[in-house]
Amino acid sequence: MTRIFLIITTIFGITLFAAGDASFEATKRELNIPAIVMFFIFVAGTLGITYWAARRTKSASDFYTAGGGISGFQNGMAIAGDYMSAASFLGISGLVYLSGYDGLIYAVGFLVGWPVILFLMAEKLRNLGKFTFADIAAYRLGQKEIRTLAAFGSLSVVTLYLIAQMVGSGKLIQVLFGLEYEYAVILVGIMMIIYVTFGGMLATTWVQIIKAILLLSGVSFMGFMVLSQFGFSFEALASKAVESHSKGQAIMAPGGFISDPISAISLGMALMLGTAGLPHVLMRFFTVGNAKEARKSVVYATGFIGYFYLVIAVIGLGAIVFLNSDAGAQYFVDGKLFGGNNMAAIHLSHIVGGNIFLGFISAVAFATILAVVSGLTLAGASAISHDLYASVINPNATEEQEIKISKISVIIIGIIGVVLGIAFEQQNIAFMVGLAFAIAASANFPILFLSIYWRKLTTRGAVIGGSIGLLTAVILVIIGPIVWVQVLGNEHALFPYKHPALFSVTVAFIAIWFFSITDKSQRAKDEQKAFEAQSIRAETGFGASGAVDH
Amino acid sequence: MNDELVEQIKSNPKYQELVKKRTSFALKLGIFVLVMFYAYILTIAFEPNIMAIKTGEGVMTIAFPIAAAIILISFITTLIYVKRANGEFEDLTNAIREDVKDKL
Repeated sequence: MTRIFLIITTIFGITLFAAGDASFEATKRELNIPAIVMFFIFVAGTLGITYWAARRTKSASDFYTAGGGISGFQNGMAIAGDYMSAASFLGISGLVYLSGYDGLIYAVGFLVGWPVILFLMAEKLRNLGKFTFADIAAYRLGQKEIRTLAAFGSLSVVTLYLIAQMVGSGKLIQVLFGLEYEYAVILVGIMMIIYVTFGGMLATTWVQIIKAILLLSGVSFMGFMVLSQFGFSFEALASKAVESHSKGQAIMAPGGFISDPISAISLGMALMLGTAGLPHVLMRFFTVGNAKEARKSVVYATGFIGYFYLVIAVIGLGAIVFLNSDAGAQYFVDGKLFGGNNMAAIHLSHIVGGNIFLGFISAVAFATILAVVSGLTLAGASAISHDLYASVINPNATEEQEIKISKISVIIIGIIGVVLGIAFEQQNIAFMVGLAFAIAASANFPILFLSIYWRKLTTRGAVIGGSIGLLTAVILVIIGPIVWVQVLGNEHALFPYKHPALFSVTVAFIAIWFFSITDKSQRAKDEQKAFEAQSIRAETGFGASGAVDH
Repeated sequence: MNDELVEQIKSNPKYQELVKKRTSFALKLGIFVLVMFYAYILTIAFEPNIMAIKTGEGVMTIAFPIAAAIILISFITTLIYVKRANGEFEDLTNAIREDVKDKL
């Protein structure tokens, strides 16, 4: 009797699984065509832009800053584009889908960094800098040392952020095209290398702007479709989400995701201060003609990003409701969401908008990854070519040589991104972004902040303190729960917190302070004396090269 | 920028006015946003139950409107800063530039 029962259940189980699998395969085949068509339209369009940009990109200024000819509105769109990455779009909506409100803490933290950067830093960064954030710190401090350190800080952030994007892209194409994860990541790497090596910042910016418009329209439509099912009542949507989610009412408040006070404060710090240290975002302040446009671009960016995150909350809750309904059953394989939780928004787009809209959203999400990795890679390449090569290794380098090194760096960074993207396949991408922010907050931010505001900062303090900050952040991440336990397979983490910023930022500030005030050399005195001239330029912009010096 | 010019700009009353006004304005807005954000994070860290307080009979908690409000306020403070910086502060900067333009 038991035996018959077992056989029946086995057969039934297999049939059920096969049926589920088949229906998913079917959906995948049907939706392939519009998705692929839209994706190729986007790729063709952006390659056209790259061709156009390539012909206009001659000087280093063109390559790094699009010749400074971008308007405030365009730049605001592009900054928002850099921010509304696949990690934000797929990761945060996936987090809301998975654990409700906790996902929104990331959104709030990402956004709140903006005003603070604007009030305290953006102006001065723009007035002091030229191409990269190292320009600012190197203004009165030792060129070689500072640029070397800054380049490593930038590269660490760029690499981590790049991994997050690569993982997102691989997962996405897996679901969309049915292509192997590895091939998907390689495809992204190749596309990005083409955009950046040929089109530089001009192409990268326009790809970013187009993608920002498409993404904002796409999520608006999704948010609209979700809310329209609930008479445009967020309350009604939320109560249905609570009903559908296994955690029930718990999804309406902060919960398990951020389990202890130290982690919460640490994450908050990383998100906020990290924004000010993101090299690819800082670079965008130099693509506009003057400080007035730079400020305007921040207003536009904050508006777009804020709106985007509000809609993401709706989409995340919508995913909880729709994916847990009858219509959502087809997206599960073995009780797990196909493609992982990061794909919640993509599946939702199929439910609310059918195959064509799924095609649109998938193409946009993929485009998003291309655009963001292009911006990141350009920032990483600038760190190598402008900060390491042209300032440290070969100070007599011509612009042509510098651009050439940039392009080689792009290719190398592209390959590294692909390799690490494959290695880190299983990570949640919003979390990877959190790590990138922790490093930006611990290594880049303290140096930037103190070089602008603290007269007594010396090269020795910045170099030793900044290195200690960077090392602390990296080491704490490695011995923390994510890498030590999940990646390396050890049993217990040596450092108990996922988010190291609270510790590493504090260590960085103290170390920079200590090694600066104990520096009694003549050089230190000269550097401190030079603060006066630097602060006048930071306040007024007089003598700033501007981005339009070609 | 030579020492003479540095001294000249530094002693320009308009420069002093610009730095004083802008620094205090940016600082006030910055502290406001920071206090708001850390009040939020610390509440989540130490008293997450406060965030679970319901707004009415339904499932809605105060956590959602608070998040939305922080996002909105962040945008508004940005707008306020840029309005003043692109008006008053920009005018002051241009006036200073006018005073020292021969030496720049």
